[in-house]
Amino acid sequence: MNNKYTSALTGGLFSNPVFVLVLGTCPTIAKSTNVTNAVGLGFATMFVLVFSNLVISALRNIIPDKVRLPAYIVIIATFVTLVQMFISSYLPALDASIGAFIPLIVVNCIILGRAEAFASKNDVVTSVIDGLSMGLGFVAAITLMGATRQFLAEVLKIEIFAKTAGGFIVFGLLMALFNVLIGIYNEKSKAKQESLEEKEA
Amino acid sequence: MGEIFSIIIAAILTDNVVLNQSIGICPFLGVSKKTSSAVGMGLAVTFVIAISSVVCWMLYEFVLAPLAIEYLQTIIFILIIACLVQILDIVLKKFAPTLYNSLGIYLALITTNCAVLGTANAVITNGYNLLYTFIYGTSIGLGFMMALVLMAGIRERQERTIIAKPFRGFAIALVTAGIMALAFMGLAGMFA
Repeated sequence: MNNKYTSALTGGLFSNPVFVLVLGTCPTIAKSTNVTNAVGLGFATMFVLVFSNLVISALRNIIPDKVRLPAYIVIIATFVTLVQMFISSYLPALDASIGAFIPLIVVNCIILGRAEAFASKNDVVTSVIDGLSMGLGFVAAITLMGATRQFLAEVLKIEIFAKTAGGFIVFGLLMALFNVLIGIYNEKSKAKQESLEEKEA
Repeated sequence: MGEIFSIIIAAILTDNVVLNQSIGICPFLGVSKKTSSAVGMGLAVTFVIAISSVVCWMLYEFVLAPLAIEYLQTIIFILIIACLVQILDIVLKKFAPTLYNSLGIYLALITTNCAVLGTANAVITNGYNLLYTFIYGTSIGLGFMMALVLMAGIRERQERTIIAKPFRGFAIALVTAGIMALAFMGLAGMFA
């Protein structure tokens, strides 16, 4: 039981939606030109993810299997419309910079992916934890991208990093870095396990 | 005439969906390992974008705007796209089984291609008329296909080279795409 929650909780890190699962790449590249946009879009996505996970998991026994994808899309689109209305009425500055990408949250594969792979099979609490964890994983990744690109483009004045081309390159390099770190971590935990097993033997 | 030409050039080359607008990157990375599947996916996407942007435009102009329910745009558009993809699936299966088999799972994946929804939204935001909508949608699709096929060509070559371990898979593909996008930025200067 406990294990179930912890694995949902660490999902955002070890199966990071952006760097490991490579989902939601479009907003990650398009709106990571600076930290403000990245955080804004990150949290908007996280909100939709948590609530769509909640509703989909609550309705998982009611929605017929054959029409589940259209049903999920309508649920997700509803929350996206809510976010869209909220941002356009209360945060006009943010709306001007990331407005075009808010409706595209509907087709962010992280959300539909989690609905299909997780929320449709698990209970409400675990699904919400999964939504929070994956959402934070996305926020962390897109903010890291935003910070890196803003630093390169505005502090070091390498303007190319504010463009899509720079986004691709930064994304690729950060992903490689993430692979290295995960590799080191896996080796360490493997070594730890082996030394434990040796002691036991 | 001149405006149509500039829409086409912008959508395919200087304001390419993938390489400049960074929309539609998931399939761009996912389906660009082989040139043959890249062509199939590109054709399917072009077809869906062209039709869905026209249908969405009509629905927006004749239903949503007169009834002042524009806030339903996102929900309606995504439903139309999902239905169109489903219809296309059925029609192709029945009348063009060879094309259907070669497209395979890519067809279903088009629903979540943000280039489709992105184009449908962009057409409304830009205030295009019906003819421009159709031309813009088709050109965006062709631009997507071109980026996909070029990328697949590069990745087929990359398969045979030795790549540092952390870069294997998506990381090197992203860096490659970045360099490709750099090259395309040069084109923007030519037509500006």
